[in-house]
Formats: sequence, C-alpha cells, structure tokens
Amino acid sequence: MDSKHPIAARNLNHWFGTGEARKQALFDINLEVELGSLTVLVGPSGSGKTTLLTLLGCLREVQDGSVDLLGHELHGASGALLTALRRRLGFVFQAHNLHNSLTARQNVVMGLQVHGNLPAEQADAAASHLLGLVGLGDRLDYLPANLSGGQKQRVAVARALVGNPDIIFADEPTAALDRVTSANVVALIKRLGRERGTTTVMVTHDNRILDQADRIVTLEEGRIVKSIDANA
Amino acid sequence: MTGLLHALLGRLPIGWLQLTHSRARFAAALAGVAFANVLVFVQLGIMNSMATATLKPYEFFSADIMISASDANSMTDGGNVARQWMLQALADPDVEAGTGLFVGNVSWQRGAQSLGLTTYGIDPTESRFLSPDIAAKSSILQLQGAGLLDRFSRGLPRDEAASIRPQTPLSFEVSGKTLTLYDTFAGGGGFGGDGYMILSDQTYLTMFPKRSSSAPDHVLLQTRPHVDAAKVAERLRELVSDKTLRIRSYADAAQEDLSYQQTKRPTGIIFGFGVIIGILVGIVIVYQVLSTDVSDHMREYATFKAMGYGHSFFLGIVLEEALILGILGFIPGLAVGTGILTGMAAATTLPLEMTVGMAIAVFVGTVVACALSGAIATRRLAAADPADLF
Ligand SMILES: Nc1ncnc2c1ncn2[C@@H]1O[C@H](COP(=O)(O)OP(=O)(O)OP(=O)(O)O)[C@@H](O)[C@H]1O
Ligand SMILES: [Mg+2]
Repeated sequence: MDSKHPIAARNLNHWFGTGEARKQALFDINLEVELGSLTVLVGPSGSGKTTLLTLLGCLREVQDGSVDLLGHELHGASGALLTALRRRLGFVFQAHNLHNSLTARQNVVMGLQVHGNLPAEQADAAASHLLGLVGLGDRLDYLPANLSGGQKQRVAVARALVGNPDIIFADEPTAALDRVTSANVVALIKRLGRERGTTTVMVTHDNRILDQADRIVTLEEGRIVKSIDANA
Repeated sequence: MTGLLHALLGRLPIGWLQLTHSRARFAAALAGVAFANVLVFVQLGIMNSMATATLKPYEFFSADIMISASDANSMTDGGNVARQWMLQALADPDVEAGTGLFVGNVSWQRGAQSLGLTTYGIDPTESRFLSPDIAAKSSILQLQGAGLLDRFSRGLPRDEAASIRPQTPLSFEVSGKTLTLYDTFAGGGGFGGDGYMILSDQTYLTMFPKRSSSAPDHVLLQTRPHVDAAKVAERLRELVSDKTLRIRSYADAAQEDLSYQQTKRPTGIIFGFGVIIGILVGIVIVYQVLSTDVSDHMREYATFKAMGYGHSFFLGIVLEEALILGILGFIPGLAVGTGILTGMAAATTLPLEMTVGMAIAVFVGTVVACALSGAIATRRLAAADPADLF
C-alpha cells in the first residue's frame, strides 16, 4: 500500500447466490480511504453498504477485484492472514452480537484477549475503563439480557475499541442510541482517530456524524454514485 | 469456579460460562451424558460378566495342556477322549503328569426349586491338578458320595452355603443316589448353570453309570516347569495318533472357549450387539448435546471469528465443554451404573461388576466423543465467512 491509504478497493464486484438466484450486489467499486480519516457510507436500504463494509473488513471473501487492507491483498488471502488482519480491526455490527453468557466486562475482555492472554486484573481494568467511557461504568457485571438495546450497542463499541484497532468499521452504530450517547460514541471514535490515527469507515445516516466526516460516499444499487470530500 | 478456570486456562472460560448460562439446559446436557455412560456401563458389565463366567471353571483346575474332543468348544460340551491318548501324550519327555476330567449336569431338587449344578469329576489324589483353594479341601472327596459345592450357586441362600462344613455336611438325593456336601468353594453362577460341584472321579462314575472311567471328557496335562505349553501342545498334535482331537495349551483352550461364547453363541452375539448399540446411542446423545450447543452459539462464534479468533480458539472452547460435560456427567453416570450392575448382580448372581478398566474406558470414550462431536460441529464455522453467520 501507499502508507497514506490503509484501505484501497479497486474494481470490486460482488455477487450473492448461485445459478438463477445469482444477483450482483456491488458493481465496480473503487475507493481509497485516507489514514486517520472518517469515511461515511450512505445510501438507501439494500444499496450494498453492509456488503461493502464486510468486504473491506475481511468478513467476506473477495470474489472479484482487489482490496488492499493495511498493505495486504485480501483477494485470495489465506485464512491465517485474514485472522491476523481481523485482530487489527474493530467492528461494530448492525446488530450488537454480544455473547449472551458473558457479562458486559467479559464481552469487552474478549476484544482484548484476541491479542494474547493478559493477566485477568489488567484485562478487567482496561475493559472497565472503556465501559466507563461509553457511560456503562455502573453496568460492568450485567449480562446482555439485562441491558437495553442502546446499552448493548455501547458494550459492542467498547469491545471494538478496547484493542486499539488500526481501523474501525461501524455499521449504523448509533441507530439504537439516544442523542447524548450517540454523541459520546461519535466523539470517542473521532478522538481515537485524532490521537491514534485510527481510520474509521462508518455506515450511518446520523447528521451529526455526517457533519464531522472527512468524506461521504453514497451508494445506490451497488454502485458508488457520489463521493464528497469535506476538505476539498 | 469461573475464576479458577480463568487462571487454569489463561483466558475467560467461555465454555464453562456458556454451559452454565442456562441451568436447566446444563442439567439436561449432563443428564444426557450420564445416561449415555450408564447405558454403556450396563452393556459392558453384562459383556464382561460373560467373560468372567466363561473363564471361571478353568480356575478350578491347574493344567498346562488340555486334550478335548473335536466338537468340544467349551468345558461342558462335546464328546469324550479315550484315556489311551493321555498315555501317548505322557510319552513326551516334557509332559510330567496327566489326569482325566469328567463333566456332567446334576440337578439338585430343593423343594419346588431345582438347582442345576455343572459337576466335575476328577481324581482327588492328583491334587496338583486342582486350584490351591480346592486342593486344600480335596482329601474329603475320597469318601464315596462326597462333594464340594459352589457356595455362590444361584438360589442357594448364603447362610445355608456357609453352614456346609465337614462337621455339618448336607446330603441330598439325586436319582436314588445320595450325595453329601462336605465343604464349599468359590464359584459363581454363569450363563450355563446355577452353580458348580466337584466330585471325585469315582463318585462321578457312580452318579453317571453310563460313563466309563476309560473315557473322560477332557484330559489335563502338566508339563515340566519352564517349558512353553503351546510348543509342547504342537508336538503332541504330531505324537497322538487321533488327529481329530483338540490339543491346546490350557490358556488357549480358555481363550478359544471365550471367543466361541462371544462370537458363535446367540447370547454372546446379543451381548456384543448390546455393547455396540450402547456405544452408538451414547455417541449420538453426546453428539447431539455438543453440536446443539455449538449451533446455538454460532452467531457468537462468528463474532469472535470476525474479531480475529482462530479455529484453535473454538476447538479450545469445545474441548473445555467436552471435559466439563465428560467429568460432571461421568460422576452420576458411574454412580447409577454401579448401582444398576450391583442390583442386577444380586438378582441374577451373574458376576456383574463395575471395574476400574470399564470406568476409565467409558470416561475417556465420553471425553473423546464429546471433543470429536464438538470439533465436527465447529467445521461449519471454519468454512464460512463470518458475515454469513450473523
Ligand atoms: N447474505 C446475503 N445473501 C443474499 N443476498 C444478500 C445477502 N446480504 C445482502 N444481500 C443483498 O445484497 C444487497 C445489498 O445488501 P446490504 O446488506 O449490503 O444493504 P445495505 O445497504 O446494508 O442495506 P441496509 O441499509 O438495509 O442495511 C441487497 O439487495 C440484499 O438483499
Ligand atoms: Mg446494512
């Protein structure tokens, strides 16, 4: 990669299904993401935002075209490389995807443990700190079943951020949050971007985030139809 | 527990947390594993008891080589062996001694109840051919009509067996002839009869007047010390003129009897089937428990995979669960299995018991089956893109 672009997609196409049911979801996507920037993907439902995000984030096998992620080509990459790359990413999914048997803190610890086993106290302290930042300092030992939707989403944010990822991928992370919390989450993500040079790619329709975005990319029916650079 | 496992594993004990998340389902899973264990224990117990019962009569005697008729698959069936072949065998320099062994069935009528006794007749003066326990009591057999009774005979009350001693013998009539039991020895009911009795060859021949002293059912031989009985038996097969005879080392004869009982007789085949079915049902239960658990957590696992956890992490969770289920399910399984075998043993007097070997085999088998089931269930996870599993 050129060091300025942690993510670069070229001529990316993607299909779902096989045979008769085969349907193209992405068409000829070309996208470069600047280091430390906040890129927002917008577009109507079904336009391919989640599909693109999961392709860029090693969660889906690249079928056609190329994705360069942190200097590694994802098309045809080995399972071991994908696993290693995933550890450098933080993902906040559209659904919270917390583990029901683990407490809020244990869920966040899982985001840390992937980098190797830390002493329990150290991992707990880091997880508690992050949960405090997302306003859940008093819910550390709650199981997901006893948290509200927004609280669960915030645990998921803490889990994605705790490992100090190089890139954060977030799929409508604030959709289930109230105004104050979503402002907190966005501020947190922005701050990480500034302080640590974390790059963020986010699907959202939240206006406050759009205001702060470095670039807004609009998808329609699987194609990039508009790409606005805030600094330009 | 969680803290202990955390320290032990060096990571969060996800498997433990996952299993114990729902108490009811955890209890059901443990009950399933325990049930699978009980099933296999009972079948193995029955199978083992047949081996113990089959080999039991061989323990009453002490021999190195046994000569039997061609159709004698066990001690109790087949034709007889002419004594002249024993004399031929004794010509071999490595054969030191020989004696005839007679076998028959005596039915002891006790009121409404009848006890079927597998009865052996042997020369009591040749006590070298008897096990030490029986040899010690053999001199009394020289009395005409004297017998030693299996004190574990089915249907014989224990206190009645205990009261049979040389000072207080017990007599009974069989087809007009009187037998007097002077002492007892440790046998134990098998699948063929209710118990055993040992008589002198002379008493045997009066009980079975159609039998002749010159044609016992088997010939027992003892070799000189430190010679290979199997080699001598091979030589005797050349030496003895009747080529239809089965001349085998005593140990081989016992083993061949056992494998005959296990593979050729309906009971043995049925018990063997029982073990196989028990193991199969056990594996199916254990597989069901583990694979259900894995598919119930597929979303969570996919999330972990998306976070960068590799396949060995998931195998670790599954192995952790396999060990937890294997150990915690084994304890009640062992307790109930032992209880059932003990109860069945009391009811049938078959030598049904829990052995350490069985316990270890079933435990290891359970953990391996659990681990393999889990590993198979995680294959879908290995193959799929995380995004497709959410
Ligand atoms: N696993 C799948 N199998 C088949 N088709 C799929 C799958 N996932 C997405 N699609 C299709 O691909 C297209 C793009 O879906 P995608 O989820 O990327 O849309 P989106 O922009 O994220 O929508 P939303 O805003 O509703 O989340 C849709 O037409 C969808 O039906
Ligand atoms: Mg979407």
